[in-house]
Amino acid sequence: MTAHTRGSGTNWVGRSIRRLEDPALVTGQGRFTADLPAVHWVRFVRSSIAAGKIQSIEAPPGANIITASDLRALKPIRPVLSKFNYVPVGQPILADGVVRFTGEPIAAAYAASKDQAEDLADQVEVVIAETTALVDGPLALVEGAPLVHAEAAGNVIVEGRVRTPGFDEVWRSAHKVLRVDARSRRQNAAPMEARAGHAAYDPATGRVTLTCTTQMPHLTRTAVCDIIGIPEAELRVIAPDVGGGFGQKMSLAVEYVLLVWLARRLRSSVAWTEDRRENLIASFHSRDQHIELEGAFDAGGKLIALSADIIANIGAYSCFPTTCGVEPLMALAELPGPYDVSAYNCRARGVLTHTCPMAPYRGVSRPVITFAIERLMDKAAAAFGIEPTELRRRNLIDKFPHTSPMGLMFDDGTYKETMEIAIKAVDLPAFRKQQQVARTRGRYLGIGFATFSERTGYGSPAFAARGMEITPGWETVHLTIDPSGFVEARIGASPHGQGLRTTLAQIIADEIGIDPQFIKVVHGDTDRSPYGWGTFASRSLVLSGGASLIAAQKIRAKLIKMASHMLETAPEDITLKSGSAHVIGTDRSIAIATMARAAYHQTHIFKGEIEPGLTETGTYDPSGTFSNACHTAIVEVDIDTGRVEVKKFLVAEDAGLIINPMIADGQVHGGVAQGIGNALLEEIIYDETGNILTSTLADFLPPTAREIPELELHHLETLTGNTITKAKGLGEGGAIGAPAAVINAINDALSSFGVSIDEMPATPQRIRAALRSSGKLR
Amino acid sequence: MSDKLDITLNINGRDYAIRVESRRTLVDAIREECGQTGTHIGCEHGVCGACTVIVAGEPVRSCLMFAEQAAGKPIRTVEGLATGDTMHPMQRAFMENHGLQCGFCTPGFLMLAVGVLEREPEISDEDLVDVLSSNLCRCTGYQNIIKAVRAAAAEMRRS
Repeated sequence: MTAHTRGSGTNWVGRSIRRLEDPALVTGQGRFTADLPAVHWVRFVRSSIAAGKIQSIEAPPGANIITASDLRALKPIRPVLSKFNYVPVGQPILADGVVRFTGEPIAAAYAASKDQAEDLADQVEVVIAETTALVDGPLALVEGAPLVHAEAAGNVIVEGRVRTPGFDEVWRSAHKVLRVDARSRRQNAAPMEARAGHAAYDPATGRVTLTCTTQMPHLTRTAVCDIIGIPEAELRVIAPDVGGGFGQKMSLAVEYVLLVWLARRLRSSVAWTEDRRENLIASFHSRDQHIELEGAFDAGGKLIALSADIIANIGAYSCFPTTCGVEPLMALAELPGPYDVSAYNCRARGVLTHTCPMAPYRGVSRPVITFAIERLMDKAAAAFGIEPTELRRRNLIDKFPHTSPMGLMFDDGTYKETMEIAIKAVDLPAFRKQQQVARTRGRYLGIGFATFSERTGYGSPAFAARGMEITPGWETVHLTIDPSGFVEARIGASPHGQGLRTTLAQIIADEIGIDPQFIKVVHGDTDRSPYGWGTFASRSLVLSGGASLIAAQKIRAKLIKMASHMLETAPEDITLKSGSAHVIGTDRSIAIATMARAAYHQTHIFKGEIEPGLTETGTYDPSGTFSNACHTAIVEVDIDTGRVEVKKFLVAEDAGLIINPMIADGQVHGGVAQGIGNALLEEIIYDETGNILTSTLADFLPPTAREIPELELHHLETLTGNTITKAKGLGEGGAIGAPAAVINAINDALSSFGVSIDEMPATPQRIRAALRSSGKLR
Repeated sequence: MSDKLDITLNINGRDYAIRVESRRTLVDAIREECGQTGTHIGCEHGVCGACTVIVAGEPVRSCLMFAEQAAGKPIRTVEGLATGDTMHPMQRAFMENHGLQCGFCTPGFLMLAVGVLEREPEISDEDLVDVLSSNLCRCTGYQNIIKAVRAAAAEMRRS
């Protein structure tokens, strides 16, 4: 482990420079998809019924309506996993005879304005013969339940199992077995910008430009072209400014396929902007899981075996490109988390129901599995009569490298160190006294800890282990210094709020000695950026940052070689800084801009020893690493109303080298706020017929400034050898730890009632129901 | 719904003579008829506040107001916050304090905060959090928005 002093030896990395993205965004000059004008506007007619057979679709005479019968030449969306008994199922672009969830698009109406298209869609009459809807994961597994897709017997679409050798023997040796029945309700990532698409046909070239709110422009192009059956050269995909994604905008939207198809048919421009109701009912959901978790402990409170049955309600279809396996299989792979346990038994199933499809959302599965195992740890601590932190001390991994029972290699981690920082910062002994005093006054304070690992920066080998037909991983960066001396980095990643234009510029700046303000990072345009996977999975800074560093190192080497020629000095005597190449120990220098000009316009001076131009490519595909953190929440529960107030929230995290502390803190803040929403507020609710009851932001409740306390952040920077930038990535961590910390704190506050709240969100209703059932309310 | 009204919207000091249906919301008219797309639409039901603009000195949710209701009243949007190349202290404070990430909710927060501080320059820190809780942000966890608005409030009081 290397101690790191921020800013030492480097210039830009480690500094909280202001974001290069911001001036446009604070002046109203951001360019979002919905800002584009179009000739035709599309409104989707969506199913008001969860399950049924379409009997008729009737539109006013002459109305412009597209239905499945117009799209016979299009393939369905049908992502594939080659492992885990995955059953491929197809999702038609428009429902074809059958509807499988409330909100599923059945027809597309188009007109000259948004309003007219909406009016037209309202006049389309769809008659559906309703059939029994399956809404709940476990109920869809009951024998004799109707099938959502005929090909998936028992409604199981994916199933992973593991049982480590000798598991039973270890299990039988247990001193105590603790159990948690953890239930995470459904969520919606709810980016503030709902989805939108705009497809414009160019009659001169026959090409379509699809501008849309995607996190993966290149994959969107591949998928849309495959479905429609056109070469990729005929489609350009642009992700302009995108108003948050959090995973929801990673998965392919059927709506985009329809737009491209319609733009080609009309030879014109067509646009769709999703309204908030559509977004809440029919974009993508997440986190709907039941986990039955049991932990076997020895007499010393050491976890010796872990057993779990995981049911993920993945909805009606499988999302592209990850497939719906992403939630259950990540739970299977990473459930043991930061704990040292080698005996592991787990079954994880993805179950089809008549609900909106699930897709990745910040943290993907880990907010749920962290919640489950952290509840287990707190229950075990209570059973052993020790502080939850003491139980964790006895179980957290502290020897590295560590191989998990699923074969994941933990290169390094500071699980104990971050927890000790948190314990000290929150002053646990003082809190316990305060808690006792408060309780004598009828106030219920509680503290909750959550320690977790966040797998980050992984390349294609990690994705390949999942058996994905489409195996993401690597990223490429094209770095150019143009004749004017200006630097352009074209990247395959597709940031949408993460500040990558700034952080990548910082990484490149240190390598080539040019101020970040002269480095422009170009992304989100398949015509201008190299093929890449986009921005998701806490990966962009590590992957695109690594590729940027590789490209910048090559440019640096070339600049030094050129300077060596131009200054007639040995390369090892040259350094690049402040926009020039300097001869060390002298006042001789040459501006990089001058060399850039020469690289294009004076190539003869290099006598054929240096290739013309100043462009280099870097590609990076690492094995991956783990960030880690300890989250600590202090809450107060009002036992009369069930209301929870988060009074304090503290994060002690370690994500390796921090490139821009201001931006890194912002990522943690945002993740924690989403995690607090996950724990207390946000829930997509279906009634038993599959009708959705939370279709406005007054029903589905993202937190406001009132619900989020001031967040206290502590950083460790353990430099990983597993990435070339020494950075690990931390985009998701905030959302992973916060739910568990808050729920543990609530349970700690209510410990005298002997209840266990193991369901998220812990709404006032659920807390009151638990308190009433305790029989201990006065 | 085909009866259209001729109205004039005054946005950032400039008159826009437009013809709209009576059902046209102010935000749609600002964005589409007047081409000022800096104001964003987040929910169209008055919860998220992304569409907040200042009408006759008051921050309003422009998705809950008809364009016709704002006719003849001075409307301010994010495009009018800066004076030439000089940014408003609130814009600078958002950049300096990392009060934005994706930037989609930002125009609404800027107009909300500016509108409230112009009306109530001495507003307490606590009341300010209450005011800011009327808009939603999904990226920042509000930490740096609150910090930015407090910093701008202090600067606006000084000037």
